This record gives sequence, structure tokens and C-alpha cells, in this order.
Amino acid sequence: MHPILFIVFLPLVAAIVAGLFGRWIGQTPAKVVTTGSLFIGAALSWPIFVGYLTGASHEQVVQVMSWINSGNLHASWELRVDALTAVMLVVVTTVSSLVHLYSWGYMAEDPSQPRFFAYLSLFSFAMLMLVTANNLVQMFFGWEGVGLASYLLIGFWYHKPSANAAALKAFVVNRVGDFGFSLGIFGTFWVFGTLSIPAILAAAPSMAGSTIGFAGMHIDTMTLLCLLLFVGAMGKSAQLGLHTWLPDAMEGPTPVSALIHAATMVTAGVFMVCRLSPMFETSATATMVVTFVGAATAFFAATVGTAQNDIKRVIAYSTCSQLGYMFFAAGVGAYGAAMFHLFTHAFFKALLFLGAGSVIHAMHHEQDMRFYGGLRKEIPVTFWVMLIGTLAITGVGIAGVGFAGYHSKDAILESAYASGSVHGVIAFWAGAIAALLTSFYSWRLMFLTFWGKPRWGASEHIQHAAHGDHADHPDAEHGDSSHEDDLPPEGTGGYHPHESPLTMLVPICLLALGALAAGFTFSHFFLQSPEFWNGSIAFNEHLAHATHEVPIWVKYSATIVMLIGLAIAYNNYIRNPQDAAGFVKQFGGIYRFVKNKWYFDELYDFLFVRPALWFGRLFWKRGDEGTIDRFGPHGAAYAVGVGNKITARLQSGYLYSYALVMLLGLIGAASWAIWWAQK
Amino acid sequence: MITLAHFLTVAAILFVLGVLGIFLNRRNVILILMAIELILLAVNINLVAFSAYLGDLVGQVMAMFVLTVAAAEAAIGLAILVIFFRRRGSIAVDDVNRMHG
Repeated sequence: MHPILFIVFLPLVAAIVAGLFGRWIGQTPAKVVTTGSLFIGAALSWPIFVGYLTGASHEQVVQVMSWINSGNLHASWELRVDALTAVMLVVVTTVSSLVHLYSWGYMAEDPSQPRFFAYLSLFSFAMLMLVTANNLVQMFFGWEGVGLASYLLIGFWYHKPSANAAALKAFVVNRVGDFGFSLGIFGTFWVFGTLSIPAILAAAPSMAGSTIGFAGMHIDTMTLLCLLLFVGAMGKSAQLGLHTWLPDAMEGPTPVSALIHAATMVTAGVFMVCRLSPMFETSATATMVVTFVGAATAFFAATVGTAQNDIKRVIAYSTCSQLGYMFFAAGVGAYGAAMFHLFTHAFFKALLFLGAGSVIHAMHHEQDMRFYGGLRKEIPVTFWVMLIGTLAITGVGIAGVGFAGYHSKDAILESAYASGSVHGVIAFWAGAIAALLTSFYSWRLMFLTFWGKPRWGASEHIQHAAHGDHADHPDAEHGDSSHEDDLPPEGTGGYHPHESPLTMLVPICLLALGALAAGFTFSHFFLQSPEFWNGSIAFNEHLAHATHEVPIWVKYSATIVMLIGLAIAYNNYIRNPQDAAGFVKQFGGIYRFVKNKWYFDELYDFLFVRPALWFGRLFWKRGDEGTIDRFGPHGAAYAVGVGNKITARLQSGYLYSYALVMLLGLIGAASWAIWWAQK
Repeated sequence: MITLAHFLTVAAILFVLGVLGIFLNRRNVILILMAIELILLAVNINLVAFSAYLGDLVGQVMAMFVLTVAAAEAAIGLAILVIFFRRRGSIAVDDVNRMHG
């Protein structure tokens, strides 16, 4: 049996065991089963990946069973293993197994751990299904599976109204994207007559330039299909317009944010675009749209990230922004760079999230960075790994050797510039500015959290903890707090943060290793080696060479903006803390605009949520209660009541009236019998 | 000459009297029993009349049976009435409405 079968299906088995039998087998066995299955998966995935690195392995398709055979629609369960899948396998199983392990510590006080671990494993199964899909229907199965798991895990603390709302929001916004994705699948089947990905990709170039009737217009076939599929990718990967669910998804437990909303699920859109890259390459319009959306998201999310105070929200917007980088890399044709950033980002972003989780754990579920400060001496291990994560995301490195983000982000910026197209250059500038902002907000996070004087004395969470009021609410994690914008007074309030247990520190240290080394170890394979990809993505060799020929200022642009961002953050939060408040005072309008996330939520509330609620209320009050209920069930019940009153009067209880009825009946029966007999 | 029709007319009149006696009587349950007796007698007259008319004795035998059953029925009915009176203290028809669910 091929190891891929174990990699994919062990998490499913573990999820079933932990989810359905968790009550009987107990917490620890449920945790062992799920965590074990993912570690086995990771142990089996790395050799597959290494096989592609050395060039020993070739593309394989493992048949599992047939699924749909109807007319000329054929879809079977097949697991496709190629270089692209191998990359995703490694990312998914590694991060997932480490997050499982981390959750042992982080979720230790939660009463329903088997459920949590079952969801995590279910998610891993769905994600592995997605990345191994050989046809679009199976990919859609995984796509929806991860969406379901995401919904369940965001709403894991289901007694919190905010978590339920966030889960619903994630699900509904993703429906919008999935609507586009499913239309794209239908259209692809209609045009190509097959759903098998290799067959579609092989046939795609021949369809380039043809037109199709859509909404009364004639549109380029491939543009239409790619854009529809891209709408799906936008929803899943939280791109501008459909991004609103991702920050709210931080209501879920932090390990979930690290696994699903940073490292794996949200990158599914990027993966899909790369998997279907030969298709996207046939439409210049589609790739241009991908580039613009990616660049706009990178810039937008980075600006919002600079003004958030919730540590998880900063990282969430950072994720959104980094996904934008991946998309515009894919848009300009640098699929290798997009996948490379996906790969490195998985390590350092999971690291940042788990590190933030460790901080939150230490700070007794306080998530507001204004109540941190001076933590580097209190939780040194967390500090050091977070530092590595920050160095990785801001892209620190020199002369070709650096942290993970240095290699991948620079490659993306260089590719965007080297692509030569107008939208590529626009994306380059947007990406460069976003890199500056990335550096600023990442260091702002670090400085507010780990430097300066302790400020947590004023935090309600800490006061609870310090006064021995150990309510142990795992649900005490909260979203936006409504504190003032100024920093709270200094002081520890008598509380001393505690470093996290080993089960949490080991995973983040391993991820820190990835954030350190994933960049220079693999950059050659991802960026320069068509032999490694071996046709699994549309590798553009010309572009790969052109990235070496970009002007020297382009090569150093990422490093320069990183240093500028660092300098601003250092000035505003360490050297001269009044400067930040001064900026807010001077540019209050910009600050509020950015802090309120460009008012996207308010806009959507006005455009979609309110009209939808109005419609819903109309149908509910007028349609359902006023028409259907009134004339349907309620009307029938009323008619029965009236009829009852009439017949109840007949039921007098007097013997003679019964006798009369009997007699009338007898007369009736006799008359009928005579009349009938005469016939 | 008294023909069959005369007998049947008398029987019909008796029958209708009996039926009306059941329905129009509002005072006494005993009257209902008596009305039932009247109905049975009407039927008996029919039986005997047809028996004579057809020269078939079976009708008269039937009439004897009906008389017997009617006697038994009257006995049981009166017995029930006595018990009923003991329980309720009244045998007015308008009080007998316990079948009203």
C-alpha cells in the first residue's frame, strides 16, 4: 500500500475514534490517537517530499475507489502525489501534528478536549483530501470539508455568542466564494467534458481564445472559468472583498488559528491557483485580476494590521496580507515563488500564532497588547521563538542567506518586478509598501509585548488571576476590547506571567527551526528548479531567470523597507512612545479609517446584512406567518376548532337525541338499500 | 272487510307513536321503555298480519319470540331504572346526560 493512503486516512480514522468514542476511551487516549495519526502522517510525508527533492520520485495517482459514474460525469476517489502535493503534504502534516501537540498544553483545562482533537484531525483529513485531489469534485469535497472543520473550530466554544457569530460569518462568507468555485467547476465540466485535473490542464491551451456566452455577453472562455474559480480561492484565502471572516475567525482557540487560519486552510486558494496554473496561464485577463486582487489585499491588510491592538488580530491581518503576496506572485506567473512563500509562511506564521498563544496563556487570556510589555524576561523561550518568527516574516537576511521570509518574499517582489508587465510593477510597489508595513506592525507587536515596562496591572484578566479568582474560563479570550487608545499605566498588579509547559514549547521551537532554515534550504528547489516541480505547476523558466537580472535597488528594496519599518516601530514604541499617540492625534482620520478596517464590516453590514435581514423579516412575518401559517396550519387548526364547536353541540348526552340520530341513520340506510336494490 | 292494509296502517301509527314517544318525551325514562314496547307491538302486529295473510305460521311464532324478549327487556330495563334512581335520585330524561363526554 502506498504511504499516501495512511497519510490521508489515518487522521480520518483518528477523528472518528476521538469524536465518536472520546467519551468512552477518555481524554488522553483520544489525544494520543489523533496526535499520533498526524505524527505518523508527518513521518511518512517528509520522505515523499525528499523523494521529489532528489528527483527520485515521479508523479503518481493512487486509486481508492470509484465514486460517481453518471453519463459522461466520472469522478473517483484518487490520491494524486506529485511535487506540488508533496509540498502541501509536508506543510499540512507537519504544522498539524505540531499544533496537535501544542494543544495538549494549550487546551489542558478544557473539558471537551476529545471533541477539539477530533475536529483538528477531521480538518487535517479534509485538507489532505484537498491537496491530493485528482479531480475537481474531490477537491471541492476537501474544500468544503476544511470549511466545515473551520466552522466547527471557530465555534468550538459554542457558549460564547461572539464565537458563534464568527463561525457563522466565516461559513457564510465562504459560501459566496464557494458559489463562484462551484460555478467554475460546472463551467469547466461543461467546456471540457471532464473533471479530471490532468485532462483539463492538458486541454486548457487548446481552449485559449475561444468565447462563451455568459449573462448575455460573449466572454473569453478561459477568463470566465479562471475568474469563477478564483472567486472560490478569494473566499477561502480571505482576499480583499471576501476577507472579513478571517479576523473574526480569531474567536477560535489559538491552535486553530495557527493551523487553519494561518498555515493551511487559508492557503488552499493559493494551492488551487497553482494546481490549475496551466489553466490560469491561458488567460492574461485572469492572471491580471489575480495580481491586482493579491496586491490590493497585501497592501490593505498590512495597513489594517498596523492599528490593531489584539495580538491575534494583528497576526490575522498579517496572514491576510501574506496571502495577498502569494496571489500576486501567482498572478505574475511566479507559481514557484507563490508556493515557496506558502511553504515558508506556514512555518513562521504558525510559529507566530503559537507564540502568541503562549503569550496569551502566560497572560491569563489577556489578548490586548497594550496590557503586555516587558515580557521578554518573564517568558524568555516564547520571546526568542517569537523573535525568530518576526525576523522570518519581516524578511531579515543578507547576501542570499536569511530567515525563511527573506527568501520567499524577496523572490515574490523580484518576480513581480521582473515580469515586466504594468500590473506586475504595480504589484511590486504595493508589495514593497506592504513589506514596510509588515515590518512596522510585526516589530510593533514585538516591542509592545516584550519590551518596555510591564503594563498588565490594569488588565481585568490579570486582576482576576492575581486575586486568586481562578475562574479558569477558557472562553475568556475576547476579541476587540473597548479600552482607550492610550497605553494603560505601568505596573504588574502583583502578577507574574508563567512560561508555557513543554508540550507547547517543543512545537514552537520546532517551527522556529523551520522559520530559520526553510528559506535557504529549499529556495533553490522552489524557485529555480523546473525539475523539482516536474510539470505539476506552470513553471515559468524565463521569469525565473529574469528575477536574477532585476536592478540592484529591486533586490535590496525588501531589506530597505524592512529596516525603515523597524526604525519607525523602534522610534514609536521604544525610543519615543509619545510619537505613536502624537501620530494618532495628528492623523486621527487615517488612524480611525485603518483601525476600523477601512469600514468593510460597516459597508457590508449596510449593503448585505441589513437588506438580507429585512428580506428575511419580510418573508418571516409576511410570507411565513402572514400567508403560509395563516392559511395553512393555523387556518386548518382554526377551521377544525369551529367545526368542533358545531359538532360538540350535537353531542348533547341526551339519550333521545342519539336515538333520533340512530333512527335517521336507519332511515337513510334503509332508503339507500331500497333505492339501490331497485336499481 | 278488514284488509292487510288496515293492519299495516294501525301498526305504522303505533310505530310512529312509539318513536315520537321516545323523542318528544322529556320527563320520564319509564315512558321511553313504554314507547319501546309500543314499537315492538307495532312490529308484532305486522308479523301476525303478514302471517295470516300469507298463511305462514312462522310469523306468529316470531311474534311469540318478540313478546318473550320484550318481557325480558322490560324486566332488565326496569331493574336498571331502579338502580339508576337509587344512584341519581331522579329518572327525569333531561338528567340522563352522562354520555355527554
